[in-house]
Amino acid sequence: MEKISLLGQLTQYFFTGVTVGSIYALVAVGFNIIYNVTEIINFAQGEFVMLGGLVMVFLAAAANLPLPLAFVLTVAAVTGVGALMERFTINPLKNATVLTMIIVTIAVSIVLKGIAMFVWGKDPYIIPPFSGSKPIFILGAAIQTQTLWVLLITAVVVVLLSLFFKKTRYGKAMLACADDPEAARLVGIRVNSMILISFALSAAIGAVAGAIITPISLMEYDRGALLALKGFGAAVMGGLGSFYGAVVAGIFLGIIESFCAGFISSGYKDAVALLILLLVLYVRPSGLFGNVEASKIKEF
Amino acid sequence: MKVKGRSIWIALALTLSLVLVFSCAKEKEPYKVGAVFSVTGRASFLGEPEKKTAEMIAEALNNAGGINGHRLELVLYDDESDETKCVLAVKRLIKKDNVPVIIGPSLSGNTMAVVKVANDEQIPLVSCAASNKIVTPVVERKWIFKVPQSDTHAVEKIYDYLLKNGMTKIAIMSVSTGFGASGREELLRIAPEVGIEILADERYGPKDTDITAQLTRIRGTGAQAIVNWSVGPTQVLAVKNWRDLGMTSIPFFQSHGFGSHKNIELAGGAAEGVLCPLGKVNIPLLVVDNDPQKKVIMLYNESYEQKYNEPISSFGGHAWDSLNLVIDAMRSVGPDPAKIRDYIENRKNFIGQHGVFNFSPTDHNGLTKEAFEMVVVKDNTWALAR
Repeated sequence: MEKISLLGQLTQYFFTGVTVGSIYALVAVGFNIIYNVTEIINFAQGEFVMLGGLVMVFLAAAANLPLPLAFVLTVAAVTGVGALMERFTINPLKNATVLTMIIVTIAVSIVLKGIAMFVWGKDPYIIPPFSGSKPIFILGAAIQTQTLWVLLITAVVVVLLSLFFKKTRYGKAMLACADDPEAARLVGIRVNSMILISFALSAAIGAVAGAIITPISLMEYDRGALLALKGFGAAVMGGLGSFYGAVVAGIFLGIIESFCAGFISSGYKDAVALLILLLVLYVRPSGLFGNVEASKIKEF
Repeated sequence: MKVKGRSIWIALALTLSLVLVFSCAKEKEPYKVGAVFSVTGRASFLGEPEKKTAEMIAEALNNAGGINGHRLELVLYDDESDETKCVLAVKRLIKKDNVPVIIGPSLSGNTMAVVKVANDEQIPLVSCAASNKIVTPVVERKWIFKVPQSDTHAVEKIYDYLLKNGMTKIAIMSVSTGFGASGREELLRIAPEVGIEILADERYGPKDTDITAQLTRIRGTGAQAIVNWSVGPTQVLAVKNWRDLGMTSIPFFQSHGFGSHKNIELAGGAAEGVLCPLGKVNIPLLVVDNDPQKKVIMLYNESYEQKYNEPISSFGGHAWDSLNLVIDAMRSVGPDPAKIRDYIENRKNFIGQHGVFNFSPTDHNGLTKEAFEMVVVKDNTWALAR
């Protein structure tokens, strides 16, 4: 096999980075939705991704459903898990501090991981790519078709979400809760329902991320924690609460990691990603796209 | 009720006849063998088949008259994959159960934790864990043996194959866990000795979701082959990425950790052409008829599958090797710890599941790279690589 050209390598690293970065971005967006409404950092966000992947495997491979149907059912099922989580663990805590609730989400993540281990065991699982496994060659770099699906679906999710928050009543109501829950309650917004919706929505986005990445990277019961960590990094780098910040920072982190693995050393890629995160926070404590004023009134 | 009443009678009659049989036969004192396996916990995939194998062997042996007329009594404890519990179990075996010899533990870490105990108490221990550190240096490990092959053997086997096929410039990849790090060390150490040049040394984390960047980098170096050292999801991921990137013209070698059919299934066709060294016990049908191991391997595979209705695993083979080695020793020298130790240390040509063992005072593993067979994935199953 002939050596790959530098341009080919660059293209390869870029696409790899964007793919992984899209997943970080989706996780970060999930963090932001809940954070915006409740100020809670939901540490079970990675578990939603893991569940999305494993439920998808179960429906598509074991139950043999057609992919689009399996995809829709997966998202629905994990959305249900997110809603149940809010109803049974967050909602009953009437006067708890944000910190208590964050610890509760850690507990939920451990429980979800344990349940997944019992149901699916410790082995990794995989589903076939959505449309064939023949890669497309661009400038000598091999791009998997699933990569294109990941990019497309991430883009669709981001567009739908911004429409939701800008154009619909529920979306606007959720943003209102984010600005000031007391005032929102005064104008007749049911803050309680908004919190429920925020968990359901984050779970749905996590499920989408899990379902689309599983054909590329496999999925097993304890994958969630690392994805949550990377996604959290992206959310902080982009500025907690900022959607576009999360998307840009997520993809940026992915690309940095990929180029670092390619040009410096794969051993350092996590370290470099975190170093850049620290640098960004040092220069701009509120994140790349964070609102300095808004971050002052938040607890975290 | 009637049926129940009858079954009680049958049970009673059976018990009575058993008592009669036992009191009639002049029973010789049983020979004890201690065993510690990680039957539950994170390493249950090791301990479970080991326990089943040991119990199967003991049962068959006792049905056939035991060791020179002495029944074999297997005293088996589960260390729950935990080092502390492993130490307690070994101490209990030695102090309370007074066993003359111990097989197990399943894990390298657990074995390292009990090496000193067994050595100090002068009870021979035949470990089912792979790390080379268990039996080196031999001077400090006088009472310790191990039956699994070492990383070194797997690396030597792969390098042999590479050289035979005229490949001297390679790239290596490894996962950043104990298994990957130890394999990487051996790959780097042995390469210059045999004249192999390592052009790239890539690493990745055990939870990485994508290894295409590392592979792309390797593609830029002009390596003639890739050797990957990992277990778990990343070893399947590496194969998938290798295929997705269209790099199949660069042969892909995996460690002996790839030796499970499950990995071929997970890779979903992507593993076609992947090479790896494998213990012969995993490939009973591929072992040639005149191979000295053929008979024991076929027998073990058939009886295990018949008894437990599941395929054997590589790990059960380690329990087979350790227990039969101990039985072999007891048959010759009886239940005396020092004599068992000396016997095993000088045992030559012991035909086991994972190789033909030749122990010596300087080698308490007794295997060479010949314990491995190079296999290639062909039509979604293993075939011999030539």
